[in-house]
Amino acid sequence: MSVGLTRESWTSRVGVIMAVAGSAVGLGNFLRFPGLAAQYGSGAFMLAYFLSLLILGIPICWAEWTLGRYAGQRGFHSSPGIFYALIRHPLGKYIGVIGVIVPVMIYMYYVYIEAWCLGYAWYALTGRLQLGDRVADYAEFWARFVGATQDGLTLGRGHNQALGFLALVFGLNFFIIYRGIARGIEAFCKWGMPALILLALVVLVRVLTLGPPDPAHPERNVLAGLGYMWNPTREDGTPALAQLANPQLWLAAAGQIFFSLSVGFGVIITYASYLREEDDVVLSGLTATSANEFCEVGLGGMITVPAAYLFLGAAGIVGQGTFGLGFKVLPLVFSHLPLAWLFGAAWFFLLFLAAVTSSLSMLQPGLAFLEEGLGLNRKQAVSLLGLLTGVGSLFVVYFSKDLKALDTLDFWVGTFLIFVLATVLILTFGWGLGVERGWREAHKGAVLRIPSFFKPIIKYVCPAYLLTIFAFWIRFNVFARNPETGRIEPAGYVKDLVGAQASPVAQLTVAFILLCVLFFCVLTAAAGRRWDRAAREEQEVRS
Amino acid sequence: MTWAGWITMILSVGFVTGLFAWCIVQVLVRKPGHLHGLEDIDTGDQDETPAPEARNDPR
Repeated sequence: MSVGLTRESWTSRVGVIMAVAGSAVGLGNFLRFPGLAAQYGSGAFMLAYFLSLLILGIPICWAEWTLGRYAGQRGFHSSPGIFYALIRHPLGKYIGVIGVIVPVMIYMYYVYIEAWCLGYAWYALTGRLQLGDRVADYAEFWARFVGATQDGLTLGRGHNQALGFLALVFGLNFFIIYRGIARGIEAFCKWGMPALILLALVVLVRVLTLGPPDPAHPERNVLAGLGYMWNPTREDGTPALAQLANPQLWLAAAGQIFFSLSVGFGVIITYASYLREEDDVVLSGLTATSANEFCEVGLGGMITVPAAYLFLGAAGIVGQGTFGLGFKVLPLVFSHLPLAWLFGAAWFFLLFLAAVTSSLSMLQPGLAFLEEGLGLNRKQAVSLLGLLTGVGSLFVVYFSKDLKALDTLDFWVGTFLIFVLATVLILTFGWGLGVERGWREAHKGAVLRIPSFFKPIIKYVCPAYLLTIFAFWIRFNVFARNPETGRIEPAGYVKDLVGAQASPVAQLTVAFILLCVLFFCVLTAAAGRRWDRAAREEQEVRS
Repeated sequence: MTWAGWITMILSVGFVTGLFAWCIVQVLVRKPGHLHGLEDIDTGDQDETPAPEARNDPR
C-alpha cells in the first residue's frame, strides 16, 4: 500500500470519528448535565449516573441501533411503523407514537436554548456580556434575556431579543431541513466539534487554576468545587446511602443518560432504520456513547460545576434550573480570560453549532412519520412539522416565568417519556425479538463482539432496573407521605399537577403534551390504515 | 475534597477518557467498513423525490 493511500485512509477514519463525535455532542453535555450534577450535588448522583450508563445507556443504545436497522430492512422508517413491524400488533404503532412525540416536543424547547446560545455568542462578540465580577449581574442579564421574571415578558416590546434569536434559529433549522442540506452542516461540524472540545479543554484548565474570586469566602475554591460534585457525602452532611434512597435521583440520572445519548428518544431508531446490513452498529453506538460521555463528564461537569461553586457557593448553586447554570456562570469565567469576548463568542457559537446538529436530528423522526405514514412529500411534512413545533416553541417562550413550561416539558417528555420508551425498547429487544436473535442482528457488519455478559443484562437486569426505578418513583412521588401531616400527598413534579400547590402553567403544559399525543395518535390511526391497505395489496400480488 | 471524592472523580473521568481513547484506537486499527454518526446517515428523503411506497412486511 502506498504512503499516500495509507494517509488518506487514516484521514478518512479520523474524519469518521469526528463525525460520530460531532453527532453525539450537544447541549445535554455542557448545559443539562452540569445543571443536574449541581442540583443533586454529590458523588452519589455520579454513582447512579455511571450505573445507569453501564446497565442502561450502553445496552439500550445497541438495542435501539439494532432494532432500527432490523425494522428498516422490512420497509419501515418512522417510529410508529418500526414498532408496528417489531411488536406485530395493531397497538404497536401507538407505542411508537412516543418515538415521535419525544423528539418533536423536546425540539420545542431545545431550539429556544439553542437561540440563547446564539444570542450569547452575539452578546460576547459585541462586548455586551462583559458585566464585571458579580455573578448576580450575569444572573440578572440572563433572567431578563429569557424572561424568567414574568410570563410573556419576551414577547413584549423592549424585551424581545430572545424571541428574535429564536425566530432566526427556528428559521435556520427549517431552512436547512427544507433545502435538504443537513448533511452539509454535518460535514462542517466535523471540524467544529473538535474545535469545541479543544476550547473546552482550555476553559477547563482556566477553571481549575482560578483562585477564590471572593476574598471574604476563601472556602469557595476549586478543590471545594470539585468536592461538591464528587464527594459521596453531600455538603449538608447527607450520607451517600440516604441520597441513593431518593428515587428522583435515580430517575434524573437515568433520564440524563438517555437524554444525552439520545437513547429512547426516537432519533437513533429512526436514523438506524436507513442503515444497511453491512453497516456497523456496535462500534458506531459505542464510539458515539464514549465521545458523548467524555464531553459530558470529562469536560461539561468538570468545568461548570466547580466554576458555579466558586462564584455562587453551595447554597447558591441549588435552584438555578437545569439549563440556566452555564449561562450565568461561564460568561463570568470567560471574563477572567484574556480576549474574553473572543472566548465567549467562540464557546457559545460552537455550542450553538453542536445544538443545531442535534435539533436537526430531532426533526427527522417527525418528518419520517409524516412522509411514511401519511404519504406527504418532504416540503409538506416540513411545513406541518414547522407549524406544530412553532406553536410549541411560542408556548415555551410565553410561559417563561421561572422557565416553568420548559422545565415541565423537560421532565415529562425529556425524562419521563424517554424513560418509558427506553423500557419498551429493551423489552422488545430482550423479550420480543429475543436476545439471541437480537444478538445475531446486532453483530451483522460489526467488527467488535459485544461481551456475552450483556445478554443477561439486556434480558433481565435492564428491565428489572428500569421497572424498579419506575415503581419507586411512583411510590415516592405519586403516593408520598408528608412527614408533617402524615397524609399521602404527591411530591416532586406530580405536586405541580394536583393538590393545593398545583401550578396552572405546569397543568397547561401537561395538557398540551396530551393534546400532541392525541394528535399523533389520530395521524397514526390514519397511517395504520394505509399500511394495512398496502399489506393487503402486497398479499394479493403474492397470491 | 475527601479521599472518597478523589477516588470517585479519578475513576469516573479515567473511565470515560479511557473508553473514548479505546474506541478511537478500535476505529483506527480495526478499520470498520461502515461506521456512522447519526446525522451523516442518508435518509433518502432529502431531495424532491416522492415519498416511498408504504410496506407492511413485519416478518
